[in-house]
Amino acid sequence: MVDPWNDPDAKPLISFQNVTKSFGSFLAVDNLSLDIFEKEFFALLGPSGCGKTTLLRMLAGFEAPTSGSILLANRDITPIPPNKRTVNMMFQSYALFPHLSVYDNIAFGLRRQKMPKAQLASRVDEMLTLTRLERFANRRPHQISGGQRQRVALARSLAKAPKLLLLDEPMGALDKKLRQETQFELVDIQEKTGTTFVIVTHDQEEAMTVATRVGVMNEGQLVQVEAPDVIYENPNSTYVASFLGQINLIEGRATPTASGIDLVWAEGQPRLHCKTDVVFSSGQRCHLAIRPEKIMIHAEEPESRNKVCGTVLDIAYLGNISTYHVELISGHVIKAQTTNDRRISRRSFTWDDSVWLSWTDTAAVALAN
Amino acid sequence: MRRLTWFNTTALTFGFAFLYLPVVILVVYSFNSSRLVTVWAGFSTKWYFELLQNQLFIDAAWVTLRVAAISSTIATILGTMAAYVLVRSARFYGRTLFSGMIYAPLVMPEVITGLSLLLLFIGIGLDRGLVTIILAHTTFSMCFVSVVVSSRLANFDRSLEEAALDLGCTPFHAFCLVTLPNIAPAVIAGWLLAFSLSLDDLVIASFTAGPSATTLPIRIWSSVRLGVSPEINALSTLLIAMVSIGVITAALISKRNLLRQN
Repeated sequence: MVDPWNDPDAKPLISFQNVTKSFGSFLAVDNLSLDIFEKEFFALLGPSGCGKTTLLRMLAGFEAPTSGSILLANRDITPIPPNKRTVNMMFQSYALFPHLSVYDNIAFGLRRQKMPKAQLASRVDEMLTLTRLERFANRRPHQISGGQRQRVALARSLAKAPKLLLLDEPMGALDKKLRQETQFELVDIQEKTGTTFVIVTHDQEEAMTVATRVGVMNEGQLVQVEAPDVIYENPNSTYVASFLGQINLIEGRATPTASGIDLVWAEGQPRLHCKTDVVFSSGQRCHLAIRPEKIMIHAEEPESRNKVCGTVLDIAYLGNISTYHVELISGHVIKAQTTNDRRISRRSFTWDDSVWLSWTDTAAVALAN
Repeated sequence: MRRLTWFNTTALTFGFAFLYLPVVILVVYSFNSSRLVTVWAGFSTKWYFELLQNQLFIDAAWVTLRVAAISSTIATILGTMAAYVLVRSARFYGRTLFSGMIYAPLVMPEVITGLSLLLLFIGIGLDRGLVTIILAHTTFSMCFVSVVVSSRLANFDRSLEEAALDLGCTPFHAFCLVTLPNIAPAVIAGWLLAFSLSLDDLVIASFTAGPSATTLPIRIWSSVRLGVSPEINALSTLLIAMVSIGVITAALISKRNLLRQN
């Protein structure tokens, strides 16, 4: 199956067309265009203030774009008020109605569309079952736990079977363990209901766990929109590379070779080699981006085209993995990760040890900006 | 629970005596059979019966209740609307000025409020009577309501209203179904405040009342100038009873709400 975003004939469910939103002199969203397809789980990822929530609120109808248009199923929804849109939103604060029971919270939207009583009851029961809240139907929001409240908010926003569900930092208030469980639940529910989800988050792990595609935003613009693995392995800029996970960036000047570039990066050091399809001019400034887990540590000088020597400056022990910070003679600090597949007492390297680092030609990504 | 020390007991006794002794004396003497207010001559409820015969007082009481009920209701509606706009609306030009102006009557001397209203009513040729008192009381109690309601609105999560809109409510329905139930305690408190302010206002009412309508505080004030009669004591006792019942009921309702919430 071809992913819809790679299929030129696929019709997008949502289409942002040159959307700009400014608050006074502050440009929250800057001439942004984006297509999101049916049944996608799309994550908008970025630091706070990058415009991702504004984008979501424009889809819900709480903000109107300053210019440009937003199409939902080929229809311009810009002039449509939020109560007339077939879009529902799950709020970061959950926004549960404190004066209504869990049942009435979920039934709220259905009652507004005058759904017949019997149908309404079965729909609410269906939602309660989906979110495993049957036992709490008669409780008030303040009588249930944070995780249960989060599920009520989800059930309420799904009850009207919207074409599109918007989730604003839906797991921000949950602790880490619960958050991880909930992420999988959310994916399950999305697959069961077949609804298109757009989630806003600043947590890259969350975005990568749940999403079919991730859009990384910075200062009102989309920097890169790709599937999670593509965005992690092939970031298009140093911004994306350093926003998602850990990265080593080595700056230097490129010399084009047959299959990629050679990088001159420090005085008196051998060139680093990198395979790339991107064409660089001779002497062009660029960065090599290498993920720490793709770097190997050796006690002896290895047989490799890319190798550097340094001393262990710091070790971050995280249980399953360890990150070694290695200071090179040139002053660069490179992070290298190893899986702790042996007991820590048998660890081969310790502070101030002299070590060699190496990586393959395909491990690094060459970035022009 | 800690026991009261002798110092605490004394302080408590003096404090409450200071607050309530005059009231207690007034209540006790309302059951005095003597016409002289300061001489005790035995228990009697005759002044209460005589009060019921006094058409002037009954008329005044009726005017006062009508004024309080109508003016506090209008003030609650207007005050809630003003609070809603000032707390909720997007920034508009002069918003700070407006929110400052709505609180100004709180510190305005009543004499000035009364006088300015009097001048206005004369200016537009409105005969002084029930209508003018209601207008005047609405004017000055509205800002109290708006203060009470806006402090509640400021603590009220705005995304609740957005959620209501998102789930298909018109802005009006969102207000009625979500905002109002959640700010209801403040709205009711505002109404009670406006009602009691109107009930015991003397200064503004005396500027805006006319020969056709006199409120109870004006009637009491003018009759006391001719000497305190035991009837006044009886009337005051009834007022105190009414206010106490109101306050206790309000306290019980809020306590029950609190218990239910926990």
